[in-house]
Amino acid sequence: MSTLWPSLGFGSVWARNFLVWKKLMIPSLIANFGEPLLYLLAFGYGFGHFVKTMDHLPYLVFLATGIVCSSAMNAASFEALYSAFTRLEMQKTWEAILTAPLEPADLILGEVSWAATKGLINALAIVLVGLVLGLWWGPGMLWVLPVILCMGFAFASLAMIMTVLARSYDFFVYYMILLLTPLLLISGVFFPLQALPRPVVQVAEWLPLTHAIALIRPLLVGQTPRNIWGNLAVLIAYGVGGYVLATYIATRRLRR
Amino acid sequence: MAGLVKRYPDRVAVNGLDLEIPRGECFGLLGPNGAGKTTTLRLLLGLTTPSAGSITVLDHPIPAEARLARRRIGVVPQTDNLDPDFSVIENLTVYARYFGLAPHEVQTRIASLLDFAQLTDRARTNLRELSGGTKRRLTLIRALIHDPELIILDEPTTGLDPHARQHLWDRLGSLRAEGRTLILTTHYMEEAERLCDRVAIMDEGRIRSLGAPRELIEQLLPRFVLEIREPVPENLLLDPSCYTLERVGTLTLVYASRRDPLTDLASRLHLNRYIERPTNLEDCFLKLTGRELRE
Ligand SMILES: Nc1ncnc2c1ncn2[C@@H]1O[C@H](COP(=O)(O)OP(=O)(O)OP(=O)(O)O)[C@@H](O)[C@H]1O
Ligand SMILES: [Mg+2]
Repeated sequence: MSTLWPSLGFGSVWARNFLVWKKLMIPSLIANFGEPLLYLLAFGYGFGHFVKTMDHLPYLVFLATGIVCSSAMNAASFEALYSAFTRLEMQKTWEAILTAPLEPADLILGEVSWAATKGLINALAIVLVGLVLGLWWGPGMLWVLPVILCMGFAFASLAMIMTVLARSYDFFVYYMILLLTPLLLISGVFFPLQALPRPVVQVAEWLPLTHAIALIRPLLVGQTPRNIWGNLAVLIAYGVGGYVLATYIATRRLRR
Repeated sequence: MAGLVKRYPDRVAVNGLDLEIPRGECFGLLGPNGAGKTTTLRLLLGLTTPSAGSITVLDHPIPAEARLARRRIGVVPQTDNLDPDFSVIENLTVYARYFGLAPHEVQTRIASLLDFAQLTDRARTNLRELSGGTKRRLTLIRALIHDPELIILDEPTTGLDPHARQHLWDRLGSLRAEGRTLILTTHYMEEAERLCDRVAIMDEGRIRSLGAPRELIEQLLPRFVLEIREPVPENLLLDPSCYTLERVGTLTLVYASRRDPLTDLASRLHLNRYIERPTNLEDCFLKLTGRELRE
């Protein structure tokens, strides 16, 4: 079991990925700001014309809070799937890292924590866009940062399980389409959960995105989430569970 | 290493290896493709767990203390795994960080390593612009970034041109002179003969022969060989006290402990296409692995 326990060396893996990102920061940030901004403007103003409020919030605010979460989810997942797999298979970066005094546990934690950071960067871009558009404002907002990091960790860990199982990129399309997309639709990003049939809601209540939204939406608009510890516990459970499983599988794959 | 075995579902890659390599030695691991050389090195590094047997590297039991051992080992892998997203110097600083060394701690070390590999003027070059030989040199100094006592090199000179190979040999020579232990694999027998204090010839996961290159040659073969590349009579009249004969396809090899009988034979048979030369490690290698298998 000690092989599942990471060392502080994971930071060097995080730092490696951060350095690559820093080199390509400008185009990357433009994409981070640009895409969600377009979505917000198109959907928010388009839909918002017909739908004034949703769940007691102006529709644009409701949607924007949801998109903060979905973009953290997408960015963390994408990084832990495609980018990490490139480092595993194409660039053999992982192989190089493992000849240093680092173990698969350090590597996986480094990758997952970086992917979570990437999720935070993307989500933060939208938080800032929301600030500029005047959708939200308040000191309580700062609390969303650790929460976004937690949810990024959860989604990165789950994606990492796929990555260490995958033999090719094709695998990830299924994960994105069969798991993440439905998740996006039933977790309350675009409309409140209550609109869905009862059994779907019951499933949704176990899903990480639902819990992330239950925390992030109120925090952004200056309310106190109803079940902070419960929501956080679910996110952390997904994160830790995913990390443990991914590390276990990675060790078997990499230490053959 | 004692009784070392590594089994894969469909084959045994390392099959009972006993080996002791003293500090400061340059040790060569030779063997045909698939002999188990890379697997042996991965076992040494704790990168894969043995199916049986025990390993101790630099007083650390492996794989239990592999992490500690790897702090003191430099690795040049068989295929380059440099980081294509970075420049030459970034590759070194990023790799140093995996060893817990911050960029400012390795600044002077990097400068001297770049100098050592004659890469100083390429320091800021992007990796994608480097030739294979330059990448190999960078891989070597990357392995030296943490000042390792033991350096493990898996086919360090494969794919290099003669210049680059000479340069690398020279660098490996100076590393040895500094008292570091080197363990390398190679398919170039000349390289092994030149660099290694001792070599092991591996085949099918076992060591077939072990010793100093000169000793191995003397143990296994007479001093000289006549390589005949043309048809020779079936029942070549040979004095068995002088010669031993071996046929490999259309090639005929005649061994002798002195040169004269071979020269005589060549003129007696009016040969045109032949080479008369001292036996070398390659002959041993082929005798132990290739030829016997194919006959
Ligand atoms: N991860 C693995 N899974 C299954 N079989 C493996 C694995 N790694 C190596 N093998 C097998 O073990 C044997 C030894 O391989 P190894 O790479 O150690 O040979 P080698 O001596 O380094 O060969 P080469 O000169 O081609 O590099 C080969 O038959 C190889 O197919
Ligand atoms: Mg090999």
